[in-house]
Amino acid sequence: MRFVDEYRDPAAARALVSQITELAGDDHFKFMEVCGGHTHTIYRHGIEHVLPQSVELVHGPGCPVCVIPMGRIDDAIAVAETRDVVFTSFGDMMRVPGGEGNLLQAKARGADVRFVYSPLDALRIAIESPEREVVFFAVGFETTAPSTALTLLQAREQNVTNFSVFCNHVTIVPPIKAILESPDLRLDGFLGPGHVSTVVGQRPYRFVPAQYGKPLVTAGFEPLDILQAIAMLLAQIRDGRCEVENQYTRVVKEDGNPRALRLLAEVFELRPHFEWRGLGFISQSALKLRPEFAAHDAELRYSVPGVRVADPKACQCGEVLKGVIKPWECKVFGTACTPETPIGTCMVSSEGACAAYYNFGRLHRETAVALGRPV
Amino acid sequence: MCLGIPGQVVEFLEVSDQLARVDVSGVGRIVNIGLLEDEALAVGDWVLIHVGFAMSKIDEAEAALALASLQLMGRTFDEELEAFWSSRITNEAGGR
Repeated sequence: MRFVDEYRDPAAARALVSQITELAGDDHFKFMEVCGGHTHTIYRHGIEHVLPQSVELVHGPGCPVCVIPMGRIDDAIAVAETRDVVFTSFGDMMRVPGGEGNLLQAKARGADVRFVYSPLDALRIAIESPEREVVFFAVGFETTAPSTALTLLQAREQNVTNFSVFCNHVTIVPPIKAILESPDLRLDGFLGPGHVSTVVGQRPYRFVPAQYGKPLVTAGFEPLDILQAIAMLLAQIRDGRCEVENQYTRVVKEDGNPRALRLLAEVFELRPHFEWRGLGFISQSALKLRPEFAAHDAELRYSVPGVRVADPKACQCGEVLKGVIKPWECKVFGTACTPETPIGTCMVSSEGACAAYYNFGRLHRETAVALGRPV
Repeated sequence: MCLGIPGQVVEFLEVSDQLARVDVSGVGRIVNIGLLEDEALAVGDWVLIHVGFAMSKIDEAEAALALASLQLMGRTFDEELEAFWSSRITNEAGGR
């Protein structure tokens, strides 16, 4: 465990916290972590409660499960209930509610919905069941999109005609831009996503300092990574610098993964617009299959209702995803909406802010209240 | 889906299929290494695996760190590993 101890060293954490406290001084800073993995780390380790009150973390829209709008789930169910279709999906998506229930309920009604770990598993099912039509429910940011791309290339190469993809891949930059344009949120900087950046690299974020004057530091997933990235953001502000920095150099390279980026460009093109849960329609924020792959495009092969479904009135996932409110400020949090019976997407995925807070955060908050600290 | 699971390359399988056998928490699995074509991957290297694909090359220290973090996640990690074990990515032609 010699490598691990170094990153769990309480003395190192204390040193970083006092550095952060000193750098922040008497001002108040609001930073957004874009990535759901970071949200998980922050709640899991109670980072919000070791930070000085001068530094506030806001949880952003970087959980791909959480941002899928209800209408797309209804579309998925419509495809799944088509005759002869085997509908394959990552486990995370099974309980995400649409207007007409979720995929597990569709399965209970008789649809052949199967959970897969990898798009390659879905392709395998198609090869083994030539009499069935296998559809893969593709979701995720640039972290998972290259896997779908490579799977589609294999399907085409091996002429697997009964395999198609219902594509819901989204891209990381447009929602960051949407949040920067949002009038109800004033941020002082961003913790840039870790795994997505292994693919896209650091360049796509340059507009954040260049056009919006906010620093961005790409961060790893250890508690010390998060603390160090916060210190780096504050140091930039103190020094009058504003740039893209990389705290997670252990994994993230400046240019990302060029091979994966080439594959994305080969297989996908940008949609003119795509609806994000809570953020509304964002232009050029999602991927669809290029015309060359039309034969494998589930949206062209099946009749997809494509109806926009408004979120339930009680659900405030939108405000949570934009960081306008904290999870526990939502009216249904922990009462009508729990991980077992989620109303909103943020409660479904373990990386959603609400689920992370529900699982780990409540005790921390109660402790903070008992200690007389504002939360 | 978003969890990156560290694995160590044990052997390369058919070049055309871009597959390698990796050791993940002591269990041998086959993953696709097509996304790391530019990396000159060698036996003994560590990779971070997302949905059956090696997504980035990492060093041993990062692999240990990532694994320790995942273990802290408890049930979420167990479910992801279970999903991984259920995966049937193989190098057998025709899937049999």
